[in-house]
Amino acid sequence: MSGASRQGGISFTSVTKRFVNPKGEVMTAIRDVAFTVEPGQFCAIVGPTGCGKSTTLTLTAGLDSPSEGSVRVSGQTVDGLTRNVSFMFQADALLPWKSVLANVSLGPLFRGYSRADAQAKARDWLRTVGLSAFESHYPHQLSGGMRKRASMAAALINEPAILLMDEPFSALDVQTRSIMSNELLQLWERTRPSVMFVTHDIEEAIALADKVIVMTAGPATVKAVYDVDLPRPRGPVQEIRFEPAFLELQRRIWSALREEVEHAYQRSTGGAPAGRSEP
Amino acid sequence: MSENQPLPSPRPTPAAPSIAEINRARARRRRQAVLFGRVAVLVVVLGAWQLGTALKWIDPFFFGSPLGIVLRLAYWFTHGTAYGSFWFQIWTTIEEALLGFIVGVLSGVVVGVLLGEVPFLADVAGPYIKVVNALPRIVLGSIFVMWLGLGLASKVMLAAVLVFFVVFFNAFEGVRSVDRNLVANIRILGASRLQVVRHVIVPSAMSWIIASLHVALGFAIIGAIVGEFLGAQHGLGLVIATAQNTFDANGVFGAMLVIGLLALSAEALMAQVEKRLLAWRPAPAGEPAGRA
Ligand SMILES: Nc1ncnc2c1ncn2[C@@H]1O[C@H](COP(=O)(O)OP(=O)(O)OP(=O)(O)O)[C@@H](O)[C@H]1O
Ligand SMILES: [Mg+2]
Repeated sequence: MSGASRQGGISFTSVTKRFVNPKGEVMTAIRDVAFTVEPGQFCAIVGPTGCGKSTTLTLTAGLDSPSEGSVRVSGQTVDGLTRNVSFMFQADALLPWKSVLANVSLGPLFRGYSRADAQAKARDWLRTVGLSAFESHYPHQLSGGMRKRASMAAALINEPAILLMDEPFSALDVQTRSIMSNELLQLWERTRPSVMFVTHDIEEAIALADKVIVMTAGPATVKAVYDVDLPRPRGPVQEIRFEPAFLELQRRIWSALREEVEHAYQRSTGGAPAGRSEP
Repeated sequence: MSENQPLPSPRPTPAAPSIAEINRARARRRRQAVLFGRVAVLVVVLGAWQLGTALKWIDPFFFGSPLGIVLRLAYWFTHGTAYGSFWFQIWTTIEEALLGFIVGVLSGVVVGVLLGEVPFLADVAGPYIKVVNALPRIVLGSIFVMWLGLGLASKVMLAAVLVFFVVFFNAFEGVRSVDRNLVANIRILGASRLQVVRHVIVPSAMSWIIASLHVALGFAIIGAIVGEFLGAQHGLGLVIATAQNTFDANGVFGAMLVIGLLALSAEALMAQVEKRLLAWRPAPAGEPAGRA
């Protein structure tokens, strides 16, 4: 919440990432990706499956380094793990052998808090996400939605300048997902980190973000960027999604995305036109 | 079935037993039947054995007899053996096996985690470990007796080596199969390398390690007893070796019985430890098998 942690701008300049697969072939995951996220901005990323969205987040976090180009965070080129970042992974990343409380207090613990202070802080956050009654449960004893809330508390407890979220709610049912989106927005308003939020759901992207980046089918590059000029605080997702500005944006983003999705689909099914089935 | 009939039954039953009660009673009867079956097998086998020796169908000189075994054990417990009280022999073996187990498990876990975490070390050490592992490890016992003498140390060493390899391979494999996602997550949360090992690598390798402990415990006892066989001043292995040399079949069987009971109680203890260490796990699904 301090001034220093408010920095957290992200910029990609012609970033390319190649992987060498187990067969020894080189494959390009993302190519010439360039975009910026202003400090405190909420940026959603949509794109066909397998195009390289997760890779983009991984590069921002410094878990991997680009093959070409540079990734800069808070004005500095990423080299090794980026500091002041939290990451909510696509898959569950709570430690199954630790209770919810122990999981959430890990962040402060690693940042040098005493065990007691870390737990006090974790209890605060568990109250915020409504999991106080479940602090001594193990992750496998929670529902999917509760696990996501615990992950969210674990990610936000460090009050990061940058929050990376990789399809955090995709495993949830529609109702739970919209509840979680609202909660995320409320939490985000408190400390206003910069966010990169990967999703497949255009509605979710518009409802949450200031800016939506559409990526092409792999190797991914930025196809288009849409600014979302809906006023904040947005309020419940279920209500704003019928506003004309919302619907118009949704239509435009979908038409941009659809081509890429079809493209990716055709490629993954070996070039066969969609919809034809073999006898 | 009559239980489902809506009509009043012709004979008034005082209080119809619920399904749950019926099931419980059935389970109880089954348990009793199984227990009875087990006791019956024991009685028949021991009875036949005893009878066989009494009627001279089986030569008691070579095969002993149940009564002879009991008498032999009773004698040992009351009068002791040629090298001290029987309790002391038992304790010596327990001590050797336990120390060997502890040393072997600790070193196995440490080396396994280290090599699992540092691929360079694993590549360097790999061939040597394979060579030592390919050696029939029992022959190491002779070397240890030469080096470390007839005392405790040589047996502990042999037991530890047997235990080490079992635990090492499982710890190594466990570390290798850690979910990389969890590691990335905790590193981003700010964990140092040591904290990653402590909070993720070790707990996650734990179910592999624990699976190996059952086998390892058996190996620790084998190590201690074989070590005593090869040369010792005390211990159950020595008791067996002496009995064998004097053609005392009852003595061999008696000591075997004691070792069996020892192994069983160790196994039961292990199950308790396992339950505690793996309390976080959901229902016991399949777990990685221990390797011998
Ligand atoms: N560590 C890696 N080694 C080799 N190839 C990789 C690696 N990580 C990702 N890839 C490849 O890079 C491409 C992009 O992967 P990425 O996970 O970024 O896609 P994504 O857009 O997040 O997909 P999804 O929407 O399905 O999560 C994929 O083709 C994948 O096979
Ligand atoms: Mg992904």
